[in-house]
Amino acid sequence: MRVDGKGLIDRLKPVRFEFDTIGYGGYSGDTVASALLANGQRLMGRSFKYHRPRGVLTAGSEEPSALVTIGRGSAQEPNVRATMQEIFDGLEVRSQNAWPSLHWDVMAINDLAWPFLGAGFYYKTFMWPPAFWEKLYEPIIRRAAGLGGLSGRSNEDTYEKAYAFCDLLIIGGGPTGLMAALVAGRAGADVILADEDALLGGRLNAETYVIDGENGSDWAAAAVAELRGLENVRLMTRTTVTGAYDQGTYAALERVTGHRAPPGRGAPLETFWRIVAKHAILAAGALERPVAFANNDRPGIMTAGAVRTYLNRYGVSPGQSVAVFGNNDDAHRTALDLVEAGVEVAGLIDSRPDAQIPGADFPVYAGAVVTGSAGRRGLQGVTVQGPRGAFRIDADCLAMSGGWNPTVHLTCHMNGRPTWREDIASFVPTPDSIPGLKAAGACNGTFGTSECFAAGYDAARTVLKELKRKAPRVDLPVGSDTDGGFGITPLWAVPGKGRAWLDFQNDVTVKDIKQAATENFRSVEHMKRYTTQGMATDQGKNSNVAALAVLADATGRGIPETGTTTFRPPYAPVAIAAMGAGGQGDGFAPQRFTTSHQVSVAMGAPMIEAGLWYRPSYFPKAGETTWRQSCDREVAYVRETVGVCDVSTLGKIDIQGPDAGAFLDFVYTNTFSTLKTGRVRYGLMLREDGHVMDDGTTARLADQHFVMTTTTAAAGNVMRHLEFVHQVLRPDLDVRFMSVTEQWAQFAVAGPRSRELLNEILDTPIDNDTWPFMACGDVTVAGVAGRLFRISFSGEHAYEIAVPARYGESLFELLVKRAESLSGGAYGMEALNVLRIEKGHITHAEIHGRTTAFDIGFARMISTKKDCIGQTMAARDGLVNPGRERLVGMKPVGAVKELTAGAHVFEKDASAIRVNDQGYVTSVAFSPTLGHFVGLGFVKRGPERFGEVMRVVDHLRDLETEVEICDPVFFDPEGGRTRG
Amino acid sequence: MRLTCPLCGARDRREFYYQGDAVAMTRPAPDAGADAWDDYVHLRDNPAGQTRDLWHHEGGCGAWVVVTRNTVTHEVLSVTLAETEARAAR
Amino acid sequence: MGDLIAKSAFGDLLPLSEGAATLSDAEVGHLTSIAPFQGQTTATSQALRAAHGMALPAVNRATGKAFERAIWFGKDMALLVGPPPNADLARTAALTDQSDAWACVTLDGPPAEDILARLVPVDLRAAEFKRGHTVRTQIRHMNGSITRVGSDSFLIMVFRSMAITLVQDIKQAMEATAARR
Repeated sequence: MRVDGKGLIDRLKPVRFEFDTIGYGGYSGDTVASALLANGQRLMGRSFKYHRPRGVLTAGSEEPSALVTIGRGSAQEPNVRATMQEIFDGLEVRSQNAWPSLHWDVMAINDLAWPFLGAGFYYKTFMWPPAFWEKLYEPIIRRAAGLGGLSGRSNEDTYEKAYAFCDLLIIGGGPTGLMAALVAGRAGADVILADEDALLGGRLNAETYVIDGENGSDWAAAAVAELRGLENVRLMTRTTVTGAYDQGTYAALERVTGHRAPPGRGAPLETFWRIVAKHAILAAGALERPVAFANNDRPGIMTAGAVRTYLNRYGVSPGQSVAVFGNNDDAHRTALDLVEAGVEVAGLIDSRPDAQIPGADFPVYAGAVVTGSAGRRGLQGVTVQGPRGAFRIDADCLAMSGGWNPTVHLTCHMNGRPTWREDIASFVPTPDSIPGLKAAGACNGTFGTSECFAAGYDAARTVLKELKRKAPRVDLPVGSDTDGGFGITPLWAVPGKGRAWLDFQNDVTVKDIKQAATENFRSVEHMKRYTTQGMATDQGKNSNVAALAVLADATGRGIPETGTTTFRPPYAPVAIAAMGAGGQGDGFAPQRFTTSHQVSVAMGAPMIEAGLWYRPSYFPKAGETTWRQSCDREVAYVRETVGVCDVSTLGKIDIQGPDAGAFLDFVYTNTFSTLKTGRVRYGLMLREDGHVMDDGTTARLADQHFVMTTTTAAAGNVMRHLEFVHQVLRPDLDVRFMSVTEQWAQFAVAGPRSRELLNEILDTPIDNDTWPFMACGDVTVAGVAGRLFRISFSGEHAYEIAVPARYGESLFELLVKRAESLSGGAYGMEALNVLRIEKGHITHAEIHGRTTAFDIGFARMISTKKDCIGQTMAARDGLVNPGRERLVGMKPVGAVKELTAGAHVFEKDASAIRVNDQGYVTSVAFSPTLGHFVGLGFVKRGPERFGEVMRVVDHLRDLETEVEICDPVFFDPEGGRTRG
Repeated sequence: MRLTCPLCGARDRREFYYQGDAVAMTRPAPDAGADAWDDYVHLRDNPAGQTRDLWHHEGGCGAWVVVTRNTVTHEVLSVTLAETEARAAR
Repeated sequence: MGDLIAKSAFGDLLPLSEGAATLSDAEVGHLTSIAPFQGQTTATSQALRAAHGMALPAVNRATGKAFERAIWFGKDMALLVGPPPNADLARTAALTDQSDAWACVTLDGPPAEDILARLVPVDLRAAEFKRGHTVRTQIRHMNGSITRVGSDSFLIMVFRSMAITLVQDIKQAMEATAARR
């Protein structure tokens, strides 16, 4: 119910939203949780395993119970914490994990079966028969247990990633963080203050503290106003710092637009930040812990601090008559605030026998504990065990406090372990757990507001000193709660019958922990995995400390010896969509387009991806119904007239310098220093382990100027390799590299009529004498300076012509037009592949990382007159053993005429099993030139077996072909056509 | 993780390509023998503690750098230009 | 014989505006990489000054001004932007024509820093990255070069083949940034 005169909500701005299709009203500044409580709606969800009715436990991001689904269709967002979701007009909220309705949930039957569903139940219950697990048990359990569901549609929300840099990152905008920000900000430091709340101030907005005579929330608002005026301070609200990483890198999730109606084009739902901070101050506060007692999970039972937050910040009393139960003085504040606001306090139950609360006009039960609760879908009363016996108190809300856990999580993200402090019965951060990060305030075990101001000031001053900035003088404000300690006496679990919840989200009870200990899962990590304690989306923020206290007790150890489980990033759930922001669709990777791309697409060519590049598969013509028809026609262009193909994607590296030749001799197996200017040579490159790295041609354009080509796939690797060899192994060589892949648009012009075509477009015609096979040099095309290389991948009389990329599209169109007038045309990757397989030319299908120069028949290309990368290791016996799988050709000779790449080779009469494996097929094509399939592959003792008939079996595609092993060069083995 | 490139300054690790142990800098002579080459190409320590490895600032200036770091604490102790070290070693 | 027609890497994608930011084709003129040979850095710098009026830039810096600039372009390398290179430079340095190798855009306007913060893992705020500063870094997944050429103006370069991805990525960041205001 709403309480007049309280809260920081804007009562002039009413908001309408829906929960389970029923309309509710709230105010601007409300969360779903506060607005529902204001409307008397305590039931908000069902628990994970037992489908128990649940309300809110907290008022923050640690909320384990009130998880809801918002939005509809592809914008549906499951598992949203009702305590974090701000309401806006038109917001649709639905409960989850309940069917047919939240009020009446069929699966609540699980709650009656609880004796069989305790810790580890599925390890024991669903063992036999084994096949039932996958088919029966698991699907049923999955349907019964769980949280919200995904829409099943593609997520159309926009997410983004961003980077930020600062001198000082302050995590948390409560009294400690605000004070640190004021000090560092006034000193001129570059500050980011991040807080997961929409409103900065932390507990100052949730308590009735008085700071220097004014309301705590007013003090916070004034501090924020000052910070907003500082250019060097960035305030990041709704931003949860989720992880601490190496070298001062922090991850943070900002909720950008989820708190308002659909925001329009391009606006992200969330931004995943990477913040690089020279220093960080953790001022994340503390989280209140519940007390375990029987049926402590009913809607209406929540932490005492949450009750004060709803009352003081949102002007909502979570109940008409509120009972308070605690083991510390802080809980008393709850009763006093409620009374002052005019809410009935049914009683204060304090487990400490000496507890006193001066001037209380409500019943106080010292030395008493709550042992149980009543009320099916919401709390109606609690049972109290006092020194003089048991009695019942009627109440529709119980505010409980087991003390506060400092929010140490981030300090554990780099392997740090927190330290136990007996006096506050809590873990605190171990200093220097994260280099550059200091914990201060409540997250460091300092609870009093005045002390927090001092801690924030001290932390900022230390940072400023390291930044070599002068700390300004500050009169530290004084808070009304200066005690700093709560006189806490630990109370983890109230003894008694019935289930007492620890982990509300995963339905883990005190009994489960004790059972784990009994079954010898005594290590905290084992207990966690056996019971699933702390493994839900709240990661045990509310429950881990109490659970390990129970475990410590059950195993007869102390809490420090029992230790904690490991807190890992993220601190709060982060959608994968946020981490992968921008990676959907085209954003997955850059797209590299050749200059002929648009023209090729306009010609109807389907594009295939080659690394990041897009290349045309084939260019269909009218009347062709299969890709093979197009491919066969294009192959015929090259074999019979002339074909044109964009080969710009091959890597091109400009190599210059006095030692360029010597350098090439060192990276290639063969010799380039002897290559004449104006000539091209094929080169083979090895890795240092003796296996083939890449191949390609290198042209000598001038005495100290070469241009190397690499395969499309290896262009980046080769560039990196050349830089490695030069910088690390041969810095003595005076040579410089620059990639020119993108500078030149380069086209293969291949076929018997290639020269005829070129002479139609070159400003100066060429002939066989001026431009023989493997010649290269400068040419001009319509006045544009270009380069011409007479090289051939197809085995035909062929050239590659290059012009600056801006002219690429125009030259491609010109070449294709001319080729068509000579009865040829453009050819794509399919035809290119057929042409090279017919010639036995290798690609990375063959040089796949495990083949040697010996395997591909190029052993003689390794010069012995000089050292080169890979030379020594390539000479190892194992790499030149004739028994190795070596390159061969294959052609079908049996009834089956088809070949598939990836098939394995067996002797004719051997069974097709692993131990009989003789090799494999790497590349296949139907050769229109020869009229049958041709294949390349590797077979043991390959070249010795030419003429042998073998079995080729593709187990995956269930295909078997009888082949004859042959020379890999199927077409024009003498190579006469290239010189034609 | 961040590395301070000797040329560019402190940069996010995504700009760097990781190669492996800096032993790759000390290439044996061709006739150094099988053991020396086996060490060079294949054998690597896996220390819990200080290690030296080669990274390439591929998304930056293109320099190869030698990174000395602690595999336990993730502390980066130094980043130097591989070329400078290679020249000094010659 | 037909003429060869020069085409922009961006087709008709540019210019585009979003909020207070504008992305346009930088049309920078000639691009030439200058990589001094061993021991020739000083001589190359002198030759550059004699021919084009500016020294070789230090690491992470650019020299010269609009239409005639030298941008540090990586280890032992600078990029001459604007004029064709004077032939004398070739005596002491490897010169490579890069005029067609890079897609070059200018991002202008007050939100430019915020836009780039969505794409680039380097602090490009004015306090750290002043006019005449340059970096080799990544623009999302693409290796590239970014130079501040004015108070709210950046020259951004990636490989020419990625021009469309560059525009897409920057446009998306422009929209997201504009939607926040």
